[in-house]
Amino acid sequence: MELSSAFDTILVDLAGGASILWLSLIGIIVLVWDIFDNDAPSIPWVSAAAVVIALGYESFAVMEPSSTAFFSLIQTGGVASFISVIILLSTLASIVLCAPYLKGIRRSYGEIYALMLFATSGMILLATANNMVTIFVGLETMSIALYILTGVVRSDEGALESALKYFLLGAFATGFFLYGIALMYGATGTMYFSEFAIGYSGSDLRTLFWVGVALFLVGFMFKVGAVPFHMWTPDVYQGAPTPLTGFMATASKAAAFAALILVLYHGIGTLELGGANWQLALALLAVATVVVGNILALTQDNVKRMLAYSSIAHAGYVLIALAAGTSEAYAGAVYYLLIYALMNIGAFGAMSLLEWDGKEGRLQTLNSLSGIGFKRPLIGVTMIIFMFSLTGFPPLGGFFGKLAVFAPAVNAGLTWLAIVGVLASVFSGYYYLRVLYVFWMKSPSDADPAVQSSTFPIPISSASVLVVCAGLLLAIGLIPEVRDITLTFFAQGSLLGLP
Amino acid sequence: MEIGNLLTVIIFLPLVGSLLMLFAPSDRSIRWFALLVTFATFLLSLPLWFGFDVVNAAELQFRGVEFSLISESLDVRYLVGIDGFSLLLVLLTTFLGPIIVLCSWNYITENTKAYYILLLILQTGMTGVFCAFDILLFYIFFELTLIPMYFLIGIWGGERRIYAALKFVIYTMAGSLLMLVAILYLGYAAGNAINDGVFTTNYFKLLTFNVPFGMQSWLFVLFAFAFAIKVPLFPFHTWLPDAHVQAPTGGSVVLAGILLKMGTYGLVRFCLPLFPSASASHTLLIGIFAVIGIVYGALVSRAQTDAKKLVAYSSVSHLGFVVLGIFAFTLESLQGAMIQMINHGISTGALFLILGMLYERRHTRMMDDYGGIARSVPVLTFFMVLTVLASAGLPGLNGFVGEFLILVGAFSSDAPGMQTLTVIATTGVILAAVYLLWMLSRMFFGPLTHEANRSMSDLNMRELVILVPMALLMILLGLMPQPFLKVSEPAAENLLQIIEHKRAVVERDDPSLERIFEFNQRPLPSSTSEAPPAILEP
Repeated sequence: MELSSAFDTILVDLAGGASILWLSLIGIIVLVWDIFDNDAPSIPWVSAAAVVIALGYESFAVMEPSSTAFFSLIQTGGVASFISVIILLSTLASIVLCAPYLKGIRRSYGEIYALMLFATSGMILLATANNMVTIFVGLETMSIALYILTGVVRSDEGALESALKYFLLGAFATGFFLYGIALMYGATGTMYFSEFAIGYSGSDLRTLFWVGVALFLVGFMFKVGAVPFHMWTPDVYQGAPTPLTGFMATASKAAAFAALILVLYHGIGTLELGGANWQLALALLAVATVVVGNILALTQDNVKRMLAYSSIAHAGYVLIALAAGTSEAYAGAVYYLLIYALMNIGAFGAMSLLEWDGKEGRLQTLNSLSGIGFKRPLIGVTMIIFMFSLTGFPPLGGFFGKLAVFAPAVNAGLTWLAIVGVLASVFSGYYYLRVLYVFWMKSPSDADPAVQSSTFPIPISSASVLVVCAGLLLAIGLIPEVRDITLTFFAQGSLLGLP
Repeated sequence: MEIGNLLTVIIFLPLVGSLLMLFAPSDRSIRWFALLVTFATFLLSLPLWFGFDVVNAAELQFRGVEFSLISESLDVRYLVGIDGFSLLLVLLTTFLGPIIVLCSWNYITENTKAYYILLLILQTGMTGVFCAFDILLFYIFFELTLIPMYFLIGIWGGERRIYAALKFVIYTMAGSLLMLVAILYLGYAAGNAINDGVFTTNYFKLLTFNVPFGMQSWLFVLFAFAFAIKVPLFPFHTWLPDAHVQAPTGGSVVLAGILLKMGTYGLVRFCLPLFPSASASHTLLIGIFAVIGIVYGALVSRAQTDAKKLVAYSSVSHLGFVVLGIFAFTLESLQGAMIQMINHGISTGALFLILGMLYERRHTRMMDDYGGIARSVPVLTFFMVLTVLASAGLPGLNGFVGEFLILVGAFSSDAPGMQTLTVIATTGVILAAVYLLWMLSRMFFGPLTHEANRSMSDLNMRELVILVPMALLMILLGLMPQPFLKVSEPAAENLLQIIEHKRAVVERDDPSLERIFEFNQRPLPSSTSEAPPAILEP
């Protein structure tokens, strides 16, 4: 690489990193704007508009072939754009849900939107990274913004506790992650994961490399909330403001999984293994995650906490696909991330609407919501779709997502893993349907008097988020094109261009 | 005999109707609209009967539009049609549609709109199950029925409705999710063997795939487990009494009339032809379960004080006959099983309808709260007597035809132990007469014990409109079963041929296999290249 031409390359490649740069720029503008015009009511809508523009840009880029930019530090087009679309969709939904939510709990923080934009640009950087250092930068940009967002409602002690817990454990996981990268670099001499195969074949430090992979996986399993690194998830998800919980549960998980998929697909999956069996390790993690996640969710009485445990279980389903490790499986995992995002944005969104009051709604115990379905048919009906979809019932999206992760596992000879997965999701039927039972079948007279008497308005913007998510979940099974696009991402050879 | 996309219209008209119903303004208009939609669906389904080519009943007919589902890279398609096995079940579904709406007319007073919307969605799912000729499509419809049923039981059910609804869904779901894994496994195995490596769930392609014996055993177990829960076969029946007793009348009729048939239909449609060797080797086990179900269901029925529970357990007993007939592998027993599914749908459906009418009048299901009501409601009693006799298998009414064919067919089967099992099963016929007539005498005859029952009103016009067609069908099926049996005959013959051929191929190719019953004696086909039974895809 000629340093003299570096500047030209950067200028040419600006288009490749446009969303990341654009969101960071708007984030900075919003932050400065908030200083001079504190908590201006138009901040959320400007932020949302910025996300819409990025979303449009990335949607078009999905059709372009995968390529790289900035000296192969990031990937563009194809799968990178697809994941960006998932992340941006969930950011957009979260911003739209956040504005009325904060108004409802009588708070107003302009900086939330700047932080969300920063987090989103970090997530996109993470999800499109083609280099270990890029992954690290993206991961930290995302995480630091999320630590702050968790504790943004400063008057809420629970939120502060969650934020501190998240920060301490997250920093710990970052340490593991960095050690992992360092060891992998030491063994192979490269930070580009698509070059691992070359470095590894000539390396005499193979054990060191696999220790590095193990540490790297620990870091990632923490970020996606896989068992046994899931301890932070329920507390953080419960403590954070609900629309932001939805944001964390969907966007950050999608980003972290995307990075992991790319590392496995372009890097670790291309190695000549010898005795190392990383797939078995992932399979065991998957088993632990689906079983523990689902069983712990069974006993929860708080809906947000239940959804947090259930999101652990869903991380397990994605891990089942990763353990299969075929092109079809990676495509299935990416497809699952999209559907998972739609389901959880919807579910957390509906719950956030039910927190119209800083006090009563905050409890979110199941029984306080008795009979809300008939009282609030919009929330009730969309919740039916989200819960049945999360359980994996056809013809809803969740079923097609599960099909996309279980089928490749069966095809790769991991039928036992698929069986564990489906049996665990039988448990999930119990706790998801329990929500619907409380919503629709319990008499409203069992509910909190506050819930009874309340007549909170549902803003059109929030309602449309729920309706769009539910509609997409209903329709996605009839659109084979979406699944086919994900399959094309992994159809061609795995190696991308290198500097 | 193709009439475009008639079947697709029949399947989805109720769903479209349920969406339109969102705009219905009043309870009255909702009911009439639901009736209109279900009755229109029934009328549309009549051409299926008249246009059905009975001679070629083993072939797929009324095949319409097809398109890819899930992904172009998988051979999973929307593929619907009917053959001799599904025709009558589709007609039963569309026939019961308006009847269920009518029986809910006054029973459902709260959240009427939601109720009828769910009912219509349910009908789409049930019709789809019997028309799907792609296993994954079948699975989608099969599971789709759970969602509305969960709410029908859970919202409009009795005191313990929530327990019953949850148990129903979780139980069924456990079985069907395991079946899903089996479907995926089978799809890939068949894809690699016969479909250029492309995953396939096309029924006709799967039929041409001879599943290796080792694979058959556990695939069969997973499939049969899902269907056995749905049937329900003893010992997987425990959800049924709860669901039946707690469900509103309409829900009970759907459950008894159609939903349970999805299990037995699945056994005939998928388990037998796809895994013939495994089906044969499990005959004894399933036969024993079926016979235990027959006797146990009958004995438990006798012990009930709750009339609805009695009828629920009688379903366990009656469906035991169907399963016994399916696994006897003779033409008579298979045809008997098919016709018995229809009979059970009509007569048990009618029993639930009549019990529902009584419940609307007196708000109790306990038999002790009735007694001697023949005096106050003579017309209702007439229909009850007719239905009970049909259900108990009195010659001349529909129940007799099915049970007789099943028992005759099973007795002549050369499957091991089948004759002994048939003899024991025959006691179920007697026991059915015992518990049903006992219920009849306790509730309808003798002295009028409760003063409240004296002023009970007899059937009104709406209730007559419900019961007269049911009664006519019971008599028609009893006196003239031939037209109905003819429909399933070629399909059953073809099925038995397929089973025999595939078993011969699979079991010859597996030298380690200890051959099962009659194949020890029979000469085997000379080579694998021998043409399979002719009738597959049209």
